[in-house]
Amino acid sequence: MAKQTLYDKLWAAHLVHERDDNVALIYIDRHLLHEVTSPQAFAGLRHAGRKPWQPAACLAMVDHAIPTESAQRGSGTAGIRDELSRIQVKALDDNCADFGIEQFALDDPRQGIVHVVGPELGAVLPGMTIVCGDSHTSTHGALGALAFGIGTSEVEHVLATQCLLQKKMGNMRVCFEGELSAGVSSKDMALALIGHGGSSLGVGCAVEFVGETVRSLSVEGRMTLCNMAVEAGARCGLVAVDQCTLDYVRGRPMAPRAALWPQAEHAWRELHSDADAVYDSELVMDAGAIAPQVSWGTAPDMVAAVDAVVPDPAREADPARRAQLEQALQYMGLEPDMALTDIPLDTVFIGSCTNARIEDLRSAAAVLRGRRKHPSLRRALVVPGSGQVRRQAESEGLDQIFLAAGMEWREAGCSMCLGMNDDYLSPGERCASTSNRNFEGRQGFGGRTHLLSPAMAAAATIHGRIADVRELL
Amino acid sequence: MAEFVRHSGLVVPLDRINVDTDLIIPKQFLKSIQRTGFGVHLFDSLRYLDEGVLGQDCSQRELNSTFPLNEPRYRDASILLSGANFGCGSSREHAAWALLEYGFRCVIAPSFSDIFYNNCVNNGLLPVVLAEAEVAVLMQRAAATPLRLCVDLAARCVSVGEEGATPEHWDFEIDDFRRDCLLRGVDDIALSLEQEEAIRAFEARRLREAPWLYATPASSAAASVPQRS
Repeated sequence: MAKQTLYDKLWAAHLVHERDDNVALIYIDRHLLHEVTSPQAFAGLRHAGRKPWQPAACLAMVDHAIPTESAQRGSGTAGIRDELSRIQVKALDDNCADFGIEQFALDDPRQGIVHVVGPELGAVLPGMTIVCGDSHTSTHGALGALAFGIGTSEVEHVLATQCLLQKKMGNMRVCFEGELSAGVSSKDMALALIGHGGSSLGVGCAVEFVGETVRSLSVEGRMTLCNMAVEAGARCGLVAVDQCTLDYVRGRPMAPRAALWPQAEHAWRELHSDADAVYDSELVMDAGAIAPQVSWGTAPDMVAAVDAVVPDPAREADPARRAQLEQALQYMGLEPDMALTDIPLDTVFIGSCTNARIEDLRSAAAVLRGRRKHPSLRRALVVPGSGQVRRQAESEGLDQIFLAAGMEWREAGCSMCLGMNDDYLSPGERCASTSNRNFEGRQGFGGRTHLLSPAMAAAATIHGRIADVRELL
Repeated sequence: MAEFVRHSGLVVPLDRINVDTDLIIPKQFLKSIQRTGFGVHLFDSLRYLDEGVLGQDCSQRELNSTFPLNEPRYRDASILLSGANFGCGSSREHAAWALLEYGFRCVIAPSFSDIFYNNCVNNGLLPVVLAEAEVAVLMQRAAATPLRLCVDLAARCVSVGEEGATPEHWDFEIDDFRRDCLLRGVDDIALSLEQEEAIRAFEARRLREAPWLYATPASSAAASVPQRS
């Protein structure tokens, strides 16, 4: 038998039917749903008189459009002030009730960002196929699962059939070798990769992250890397199962227990690429050479080391790329050749499915301990990824570090990553953000985003400008 | 999905790479729970000078006159021509809905993001991949003089003019399955459900081999995760 990659194995294990033209029907083990991309799918289901195929595979929660201020979080859906958001959240409440789908509603202690809650609860497990109407579903690949984002038509398709029709993707291998320097995290690895390979590096591929650096990351760190795979154009990221994965999963509320655990562990230990597996493309990154990264433009591949300068479009040979750079600098209000550390900020946002897990908050708090937000900053938000992350952070006293620094400590949600709730940037407002996208208007109409790691966001909070966290360690 | 066989129309060039779905339909419009109402907000932040609000009357808003869609000569365009990695970013299908409702039937670009490509096909909006150099030539022509193209899915061919099969044409690739679904306007859910027995058999086997999958339903999962260092 031909040597298989991890993706090959996961694909084969979920193949229901394959047509002569290589279009396959693949089975979906876990379907995560949220309020923004599901209402039209439920409407379609209702219209066609169909029912969810396997309600036990579905898990819904509200995260995208909900308020994160505690004042609006005391009385469930009815407490949401914005009428459109309230209607949207209510639609998910009603759809889940009508179709018998488990939902963590706004006031449920388990509620949070779907990609944070899934793994922390053990609702997503190694070896599963996982989909969600959200591109950052790639996050769950960190557990050795096949996880990818889908559109609303596909949400309806999975609800109705528990399957998706698709062709197999290509296999790409990205190897990180070397030890990360102090102050450098998996967020920096992801941004450095995208800066090197571009926003469409992984189009059409499942990207497996391998190498000693990846092995040395915690599962949460691997999630950040897989989360950002989609910003490199890949629909899914993958990391093989190892002891670290098993230790992470064991004991989680929905993880296998008792006699099921050894059975699951036995199966999951096979979830790695065979030694001689062949990939369609490969890339090697020197992780030891990666410095803390900061994005300066309007696509995630417009990124540089914190000690670099804003590039000069005049030096770009490719005309399409040059035009894009000029457009980006104009939107971002930046001049060529200015030092990234000279960029002043208005706002800092620590949160999102990329960087709102407990380790992210610990990393930011470690830098902020005993220090204060710079007086020039308008605001600095810390938005934990889930109710569980929030409670754990509070039990460790992290909330007190953020509050003492003059930052706001919020309830769980997607918040300013996409600004669908009240947490958004005003025109021209400049934000250092631990989120995943710096597109024009992403965090608010006319808003300017600089992507970076939680530790770098902490450094930015202290200095009121882009700053090198290594000088604060 | 809606049917697509052949379409002739005017091309509007949007000479930009990495057009992301946030740009195609900004987040504030995603609060709608409908499939319609997005067309007037297509490219909202580029098309208008002010910040758009869901449900507003857009007829009185000030237009950005430099944005191609607002130029009178492109007003009736139904084919969008753009740069590489079109539709990257968010999976929001609202982007495909907005393009269709505005009046586009086809997007031509050197490459598309994977999720967006599927969203287009699932709605009868045809994504056509042409080579970078071909798109560059068409971009220049569409910017210089009105360019009308005929996109023939059956023939997998884009040609200049209304009728197709003109000397100036470019072939494109699309897999047979998607092409067939679009040509016939197939309900792909119904197509999958033709395999109902195979799905049931697979599911039974999967649950035998991985009995832990749904062993602890979310409803009985403890509210609190054990604390870890």
